Amino acid sequence: MTYKVLIVDDSKLARMVAVGALSRVRPDWTPVEVGSAAQALEALEDKSIDVALVDFNMPETNGLALTAEIRNLRPSMPVALVSANIQDEIIARARAINAVFLPKPMTDEALSGFLSGATLQLRRQQQ
Amino acid sequence: MTEAAIKLDKLEIDALSELVNIGVGRAAASLRHMVGEEVLLSVPSAEIMQREQAWGLIEKDSGGGLVAIHQHFEGSFSGCALLVFPEMKSLELVRAVVRTDLPLEDIIDLEQEALAETGNIVLNACLATIANILKQNLKMSLPQVRRGNGAALLGDACGDVPGDLLLFLYISFTVNSQNIHGYIVMLMDLPSLATLKQLIGEYIAGLTCQRA
Repeated sequence: MTYKVLIVDDSKLARMVAVGALSRVRPDWTPVEVGSAAQALEALEDKSIDVALVDFNMPETNGLALTAEIRNLRPSMPVALVSANIQDEIIARARAINAVFLPKPMTDEALSGFLSGATLQLRRQQQ
Repeated sequence: MTEAAIKLDKLEIDALSELVNIGVGRAAASLRHMVGEEVLLSVPSAEIMQREQAWGLIEKDSGGGLVAIHQHFEGSFSGCALLVFPEMKSLELVRAVVRTDLPLEDIIDLEQEALAETGNIVLNACLATIANILKQNLKMSLPQVRRGNGAALLGDACGDVPGDLLLFLYISFTVNSQNIHGYIVMLMDLPSLATLKQLIGEYIAGLTCQRA
């Protein structure tokens, strides 16, 4: 089963890192890149998006606020908050809205771990 | 070597900003442990500009004296890195870091040390992250604290680094409900800036090749 992953980051480079890692750990999954929270919400109107990777430190709406909005729209979608800002408060807030925290720079192992959990969750929802 | 040889394109600036974002994000986690509460960060920006232009920007924003913590770095690209913020915010930062209700004279005693340590954490995290991601090794000197006004401060701290251009990285951080705007400035000569540009180019190219 292949899935569609929304990658939200204002940095083109960070999106390249995420797309690269995804292509190595889940070559058959499809990335959808967007550069802001507004574009992310627009992309989510397409119901085919299954998983989201959301950068924390973005202009206008930050990743936590966006994740909270995603939770309203898609309560059970697997979401990871991606950030180099590994302060306890950020990690706790990510967990409080049921998002996984992935530290930057993103590694293949960390992404793969998150996607394995996401796959299980998505399969359960489909049953 | 000309200025054109070191001009960064859009993706290279994006890459550098992201490396700084990662570096400062890590520094914030260390600072968070020092101040005992969350440190808020802005979205960073990076630009190569003339020294005078950078200093003009900083002075305009700070409206007076500045404090700079600076460290030299040496490796495939070498130069001088500074963390700069307005002098009037310096005691507030120290108070946040020291975390006790000490009398003012004790805080002033600790100020130099606390500033050096804060600068050490922020600058090391930035430089080490950039170096690690670009697979380079940089040797860092011990931090030193300088006070003064724009150009004089720069000459005092990094007078030995030649060239008119510098890499200007802007990020603001808020500690203890005090908005402390900080700047990270990296001074490098033209060959070092050219090497940095080349390494960033290689890193970006590597990302495209690694895809399965």
